Amino acid sequence: MSNKMARSLSVVLTLLGLIALWELLCFVLEIPKYLLPTPTDILQRIFVDWAMLVRHSGVTLVEIFAGFGLSIVIGIPFAIVVVYSKYASQAFFPILIGLQCIPMVSLAPLLIVWFGFGMLSKVLIAFLISFFPILVNTIAGLKSMEKDMFMLSQSLRANSMQVFLYFRLPKALPSIFAGFKVGITLAVVGAVVAEFVSSERGLGYLQLVASSKLDVTLQFCVIVALAIIGLGLYNLVSILERMSIPWYKASRGGE
Amino acid sequence: MAGKHIVIQDMEKVFKTRSGDVQALTKVNLDIEASSFISIVGPSGCGKSTLMNLLAGLEAPTGGTIVMDDKVVKGSETGNAVVFQKDVLLEWRTVIENVLLPLELKNITWFDRKDKKTNRDMAKELLQMVGLEGFEDKYPFEMSGGMRQRVAICRGLIQNPTLLMMDEPFGALDALTREQMMYDLLKIYSKFKFTVIFITHSIEEAVFLSDRVIVMSPRPGSVLKDIKIELDRPRGINSRKDQRFIQYVDEIRSVFQSQGVLSEV
Ligand SMILES: Nc1ncnc2c1ncn2[C@@H]1O[C@H](COP(=O)(O)OP(=O)(O)O)[C@@H](O)[C@H]1O
Ligand SMILES: [Mg+2]
Repeated sequence: MSNKMARSLSVVLTLLGLIALWELLCFVLEIPKYLLPTPTDILQRIFVDWAMLVRHSGVTLVEIFAGFGLSIVIGIPFAIVVVYSKYASQAFFPILIGLQCIPMVSLAPLLIVWFGFGMLSKVLIAFLISFFPILVNTIAGLKSMEKDMFMLSQSLRANSMQVFLYFRLPKALPSIFAGFKVGITLAVVGAVVAEFVSSERGLGYLQLVASSKLDVTLQFCVIVALAIIGLGLYNLVSILERMSIPWYKASRGGE
Repeated sequence: MAGKHIVIQDMEKVFKTRSGDVQALTKVNLDIEASSFISIVGPSGCGKSTLMNLLAGLEAPTGGTIVMDDKVVKGSETGNAVVFQKDVLLEWRTVIENVLLPLELKNITWFDRKDKKTNRDMAKELLQMVGLEGFEDKYPFEMSGGMRQRVAICRGLIQNPTLLMMDEPFGALDALTREQMMYDLLKIYSKFKFTVIFITHSIEEAVFLSDRVIVMSPRPGSVLKDIKIELDRPRGINSRKDQRFIQYVDEIRSVFQSQGVLSEV
């Protein structure tokens, strides 16, 4: 435990050191503010424009959550159908894998034509980009039950519903969570890129506005906000993972 | 008593594979007395696991019949418990939850039990019997191989079986743990008096545990020799020094030698 604390302390100290170095270099090399603001400039600006940053972050967060939530709600049942239906796995699955190779963000302009400049088109992009990793990982997880375990379930006379609930699904959870982790990270990318394409609100929009005004400090503020959102959501999923499958990480000796 | 009587008649098993048919078992005939302890020994690949899977109803024979207590076996019958070579514990369940799994799947609750003992108490008692008290709430990854296999045995026992089938259950254990597991198994057997079919490739293990040792031929498997083991029960460390124990082991070894399964350089 104390080992873990020492490790996170060293991370924090290193980070602080790097930020201090940044500050120092800007000062020593006299880098102009319109090219690279110092950490204190950024921090100051965050305080000044706090309300605006929070408002735009809120919009982007809603898009991320809606898109990611949609991927889960559609992806998991879909994976179950693919695993249990011969037709779906033989005919549908190869098509899905093919579709996965299309960069989903390239659909953003099209979706904006179809669904307008509002939130819906952003939610759909976030959904499309996070859907495939969740689907593919869930399928892999549901297929990971070994023959031995199937034999055990049969010897215990489990019906097919029980085989699913007691064996297949729990066995799939580590893989499903791996999919969630990739999915949530991609959902952030999807929402922001969709906002770049066309929007009136959100961090991607704010980024574009700042760019057009050559306001580099504000751009950095947006990047900080996105970093916090990205890291926060990833950690949220990790915490949920540790809570729902405590046997998993530990059984592999931790990360 | 509380064991199944099993009659196997002309049982055959052919696996259809891409590279042609594999005859795993041919014309197996056996009559296994109720509440007896039978071991099956044979070289690797001779069809021991196949035989157990057929008896357990996990696979269907391609010929012949299996009759248990005058009923033809079609699928996994109640009263059968299987312990596999791998412990197949569910990593996401604690030890006691693993033991309770069969009851959960069958929706057996306290008032279904004749002894009116709660399921948890029953599970705890079994775990205690195999020396695992205090480990109830551990996860399988926290246990050693021997401990895990004991949990798997408890998971079999909680079904209150009349036939316990074990497929090389101690195969993956070190020699000392293995010997201890044998003593534990004999203790359990003397208490429950179910029929036991024990598959092993260890001759000593088979002789030490059983009332009868069935020696199988190399593939396609069939009964090569059927040896009654007349050693007194309860058996213990001293049984191994018994002259008859040594003779039985020699006898089985010479059967393998004559088959070319065992040969000296
Ligand atoms: N599902 C299967 N499909 C094809 N061949 C099989 C299958 N299961 C077992 N066999 C073959 O049947 C023979 C007996 O296997 P097995 O019963 O596992 O032997 P043992 O347990 O005695 O080592 C082996 O040759 C094996 O390759
Ligand atoms: Mg085998």
